[in-house]
Amino acid sequence: MIPELGHFALILALCIAALQGTLLLRGADTGRREWMVLARPSAQAHFLLMLLSFAALAYSFIAKDFSVLYVAEHSNSQLPLIYRFGATWGGHEGSLLLWVFLLSTWSVAVAQFSRTLDERMVARVIGVLGLVSLGLILFILFTSNPFTRLLPGAPDGQDLNPMLQDPGLVFHPPMLYMGYVGFSVAFAFAIAALLAGRLDAAWARWSRPWTTLAWIFLTLGIALGSWWAYYTLGWGGWWFWDPVENASFMPWLVGTALLHSLIVTDKRGSFKNWTVLLAISAFSLSLLGTFLVRSGVLTSVHAFATDPRRGVFILILLALVVGSSLALFAWRAPKVTMGGSFGMFSRESLLLYGNVLLIVAASSVLLGTLYPLLVDALNLGKISVGPPYFNTIFVPIMAPAVVLLALVPLARWKSAEWQPIVQRLWPALLAGVIAAVIIPLWIGHWTWLIALGVFLAVWVAGSTVLQLGRRLQSGNPPVAFWAMQVAHLGIAVFVFGVTMVGGYQEEKDVRMAPGDTTLVGGYQFKLNGVDQVQGPNYQAFRGQFEVSKNGQVSRILNPEKRTYASSSMPMTNAAIDAGFSRDVYVSLGEPLEGQAWAVRVYYKPFVDWIWGGCLFMALGGILAMFDRRYRLKVKPQDYATA
Amino acid sequence: MKAKFLIPLLLFFVLLGFLAVGLTRDPREVPSPLINRPAPDFKVSQLIQADQHFSPADLKGQVWVLNVWASWCVSCREEHEQLIAFSKRKAAPLIGLDYKDPRMDALKVLAQRGNPYDITAVDQDGRVGIDFGVYGVPETYVIDKQGIIRFKQIGPVTVEVLEKTIYPLIDRLKQS
Repeated sequence: MIPELGHFALILALCIAALQGTLLLRGADTGRREWMVLARPSAQAHFLLMLLSFAALAYSFIAKDFSVLYVAEHSNSQLPLIYRFGATWGGHEGSLLLWVFLLSTWSVAVAQFSRTLDERMVARVIGVLGLVSLGLILFILFTSNPFTRLLPGAPDGQDLNPMLQDPGLVFHPPMLYMGYVGFSVAFAFAIAALLAGRLDAAWARWSRPWTTLAWIFLTLGIALGSWWAYYTLGWGGWWFWDPVENASFMPWLVGTALLHSLIVTDKRGSFKNWTVLLAISAFSLSLLGTFLVRSGVLTSVHAFATDPRRGVFILILLALVVGSSLALFAWRAPKVTMGGSFGMFSRESLLLYGNVLLIVAASSVLLGTLYPLLVDALNLGKISVGPPYFNTIFVPIMAPAVVLLALVPLARWKSAEWQPIVQRLWPALLAGVIAAVIIPLWIGHWTWLIALGVFLAVWVAGSTVLQLGRRLQSGNPPVAFWAMQVAHLGIAVFVFGVTMVGGYQEEKDVRMAPGDTTLVGGYQFKLNGVDQVQGPNYQAFRGQFEVSKNGQVSRILNPEKRTYASSSMPMTNAAIDAGFSRDVYVSLGEPLEGQAWAVRVYYKPFVDWIWGGCLFMALGGILAMFDRRYRLKVKPQDYATA
Repeated sequence: MKAKFLIPLLLFFVLLGFLAVGLTRDPREVPSPLINRPAPDFKVSQLIQADQHFSPADLKGQVWVLNVWASWCVSCREEHEQLIAFSKRKAAPLIGLDYKDPRMDALKVLAQRGNPYDITAVDQDGRVGIDFGVYGVPETYVIDKQGIIRFKQIGPVTVEVLEKTIYPLIDRLKQS
């Protein structure tokens, strides 16, 4: 009964979305108030119905209703409660339902917090979001219905993929999707502005907090996913350039460009077309990511079982949404007025250079991700593109962008001069160069790449400190200033972590019997023994390793090799001793003859700085949300004159 | 309308075209570099008669099929029935290569589910698998009289693959 209720609610949500996509957009075009006023109530109704639908699916999981096919395929009576809840989005159908549920959440949030926005704009924004929702609900209902019954019901479920049985499952997908889907708001604002033929500063100001919020979620979502892969997969890496990772990273790069471009449009009225195009691109890449993940055109660790109809359906959806948006752009963009002019060296132009670099980076990631598909489609053979391509291409593109980001805040609008900036930043430059020479030599191994990384990190951190020091002299800076500095400092922390891990990590694959020791990164690992333990729905071998440095035992690590009752795939659970300046990491490989095991041991200097940097960036975003300018009322006449 | 504003749309259409073609392809289908090459030579002990060995050289002059499997492999259970049917038809000798598997587990599976293999060779440490470029179990190879690999199936063998590809291929190879 409950699953049918969820199914029914989903169908009703579809009707509401259809209503939004037609009445609201038409009403805004013809100026019919009685249609436009439906924006808020319809967004609320849509949200409540999606909430009901999603709750019905979650309930089916928690209540172990194995007569629902999707539940039977992704859950098991032995599965702990928290993972039964997380399993709601542990497969294709449920994760799409989550997608639409979050879309309805964004939509209702826009409706609630746009009291000061004029009626037409609200109607258009909710209308566009309604159309997107319409397409996705149709997709769910026709190709991926999570409420399909299995009659007679299965006595027990097949269990959730053991790889997903981790707290990461509960937080990573919703966070990531909030970010992905959140760009739909910036997209809807852009389309609404194009429809109205009115790309003004008010539009940019309205888009900014929503874009920032989506960007915060995406940043945290990607960081969580990276951290999850690091500690659970036992591969010891934090980023693999997997197609699905790239699918989330491209919207992030474009979203970051959009954030900065919106600043210029908001403050100077320039870059309007560019900003609109970025807003369309960020969301299009989110949709493209959904297509890549869901259609199975690329191989990936995230690939779900695929059904050819799904690929075709999403491709059509992608064609309609992105095609019509870009067509609208081509039609309306030529009429957009130019903003204020600016010189080759000014804050505008520096932001533009940074923007271009971000877009080039996103394009190269897109090219690398799709290259196997392109080559195959042209019948040139089967190839795969791996980390060497991405690492080679990414560093030279992003390094200048990181150099630029320290300059931008000091450059004046319209026209800036070199001398005052150089005067202020030379200590950071000097510190960067000295650090780049000294730090790698001190650690014991110097390469150009490590030196570059250290230089960039110190350069950004140093210039942040210099700017902060100078700004504090003239009173308390506004929250936007703090936001920018904290986020930029996050880049410095991140770059430092990546450089140290890339340059100085050590790993060893060794055969160890009880009593054996091995030395990695100055740490001694001693295997005391391997026991068998019983988990709720798995059996495990648990190793006991004594980690010591300079003869002092610092920690006992217990990596596990688990075998889940429902599938015979063994799972590796690494044990990590995390620290401020390093992680040590042990994972159990295969059992060898006698009592011996293949063991993998890592020493990862400063690896936690990678995610720490992401947290700083997200914190910067959160601070930016508190900017009071976003809460000032935009007076109606601002629109009338535009 | 200025042409430059149409560029994003045109680029998108090109991308769309590629994505549409991409949908018709299977990214998991990777041609093996071993096709039309001699099967790697190896000599390992047998599963059931542990004191005896198996080597591809033993089957020189015959068309035969090598199936890489393991007791821990879920997809192998899927294809087990097809393999039983294959062995009943006696089209060609079917050699199992038990990949990275404890002996007792493998014997238990064969006892419980039936043994389709004429001989099962044991690849305890996975070395033979490396020579054959095995990257997922199950995999199935058709090898001709000269010991050359003529076909490779990644993933479970289905009725369709057997009827449309493997049986006709075996017939052809036998006649040549």
